[in-house]
Amino acid sequence: MAEPILVLEGLCKAYGALTVTDNLSMAVQAGSIHALIGPNGAGKTTLIGQVSGQIAPDAGRIRFAGRDVTDLPMHARCRRGLARSFQITTILPRFTALENVAVAAQAHDGHSFRFLRPAAAEARLNDAAMQALETVGLGDRAAIRAGALSHGEKRQLEIAIALVMKPTLLLLDEPMAGTGHEESERLVATLEALRGSLTILLVEHDMDAVFALADRISVLVYGRVIAEGAPDEIRADPEVRSAYLGEEGAP
Amino acid sequence: MSAPTAEPAGSTGVRWSVPLVLLVLLAAVPAVANAADMGFVTSLATRIMIYAIAAVSLDLILGYGAMVSFGHAAFVGIGAYAVGIASAHDQWNAAVTFPVAIVAAGAFALLTGAISLRTRGVYFIMITLAFGQMAYFTASSLSDYGGDDGLTMWGRSELFGTTPFEDDTAFYYVVLGCLAGCFLFARAVVGSRFGRVIAGVRENRLRMQAVGFNPYVYQLVAYAIAGMMAGLAGALLANHAEFVSPSYMAWQRSGELIIMVVLGGMGTLHGAILGAIAYLTLEEVLSHWTEHWRVIFGPLLILVVLYARGGLGRLIGRSGGDG
Repeated sequence: MAEPILVLEGLCKAYGALTVTDNLSMAVQAGSIHALIGPNGAGKTTLIGQVSGQIAPDAGRIRFAGRDVTDLPMHARCRRGLARSFQITTILPRFTALENVAVAAQAHDGHSFRFLRPAAAEARLNDAAMQALETVGLGDRAAIRAGALSHGEKRQLEIAIALVMKPTLLLLDEPMAGTGHEESERLVATLEALRGSLTILLVEHDMDAVFALADRISVLVYGRVIAEGAPDEIRADPEVRSAYLGEEGAP
Repeated sequence: MSAPTAEPAGSTGVRWSVPLVLLVLLAAVPAVANAADMGFVTSLATRIMIYAIAAVSLDLILGYGAMVSFGHAAFVGIGAYAVGIASAHDQWNAAVTFPVAIVAAGAFALLTGAISLRTRGVYFIMITLAFGQMAYFTASSLSDYGGDDGLTMWGRSELFGTTPFEDDTAFYYVVLGCLAGCFLFARAVVGSRFGRVIAGVRENRLRMQAVGFNPYVYQLVAYAIAGMMAGLAGALLANHAEFVSPSYMAWQRSGELIIMVVLGGMGTLHGAILGAIAYLTLEEVLSHWTEHWRVIFGPLLILVVLYARGGLGRLIGRSGGDG
């Protein structure tokens, strides 16, 4: 197997007396869909925050694509091909859906210290944005202000924003949270279509989606990985069943 | 599609019609004032347009970037002092003093912005206020240049030996040209890649960081651009009054600029011009009527904030029939 695209070594993060990430080490293989599951409060979002650069770990190293990125700020990691979606929808509400995606395309297309030419007329940005919107099924909503989209559409928009950056590693923090059954299915299909073209680290509570998509699953409890393996192994693991699946098997 | 702005969708007609009508009306002021034998109106309108330039520059960072600078008058004052101090050393050439004024104000913005922009919200307001007051007290202590009393200039700037600023009507059109230029530049910036990043950071800073932008750098450049534009307003103000004074930098002036932007409608640019016209005209009219004009002006302002969200610009936009 090739070198992992993401390696976490001895990551620690505590808020006061509360240890959220407890000497955590794990690796994500390039091209895989790697799911991260665990009960509420297990530290999944904090972990995603540390990988993306939003939160600084207290100790440990983060290696991405062969380089130590622990000390790089979020925007610099993003430029190296690391994109993320947020658990709590994080979009530009007064921009249209197209503009939300186009501004992300802009960040990865030359520099943005251009003061006179109208950005809205840049066909290359708009085309890339439109293509990403169509990939997630929002093509016909491009001109709508993002704040006026439905919750499910906003979740799709987050994915489109991440995709237009053509990341090598995509961090998805509960992309299905609060979406309806149909929207979840569509999102699973969208992610399935991306398999192999990039690496996905997926945090998700929807177990149908996780077991349908994941090549590999890590189970996080109290800030540490208690089990890791293929979906079948995880499903059969008695420790995981007692710690997590049994308890939240029927949400 | 228009660039993302605070304007409601569908107001693209208003985007150009209001500024054009304003331009035509402003261009007609000196002729009408002379015909009616009210020359002071030309002078008042000149002052209004100078403050409109400063208000447009403030709207660029306040309306589009959500950076509530409470020290904006300092940039105006620095621009004014650059011209005033140069005149005290017998340097009258606008081709020298205006660039110096603009660069000096821009440098002050860059320096103070580099520190201020590390803070958010109320802290940003307070720290920009503090820097503004520092500039104010520094100007007050310039005893070689009038100190508290200010510095009288014995004339207006020249341009390579010609005197385009000397005649009030000619100066009026110079100022109008500057206002139009600043407005068009600001509008281009707002719709550009750079402006999109600035507006994006206003909408959601975290989102912009997560797509790969460093908001600090963009906000700092925007802050410096606004500072330079306000510096130009200051250079014009010094020429208009033939006098510079620390009071140009007082925090009350910064507050007035914010009021102009809010009154006219944040994030529209032409709203800032409307706000400057409304504020200074009302001040002129009401203060002739009673010295307690603020008692009337205060409630008027509250009414606008309460019942005309989006300010005068939005009111006009609505009656313009865009639904």
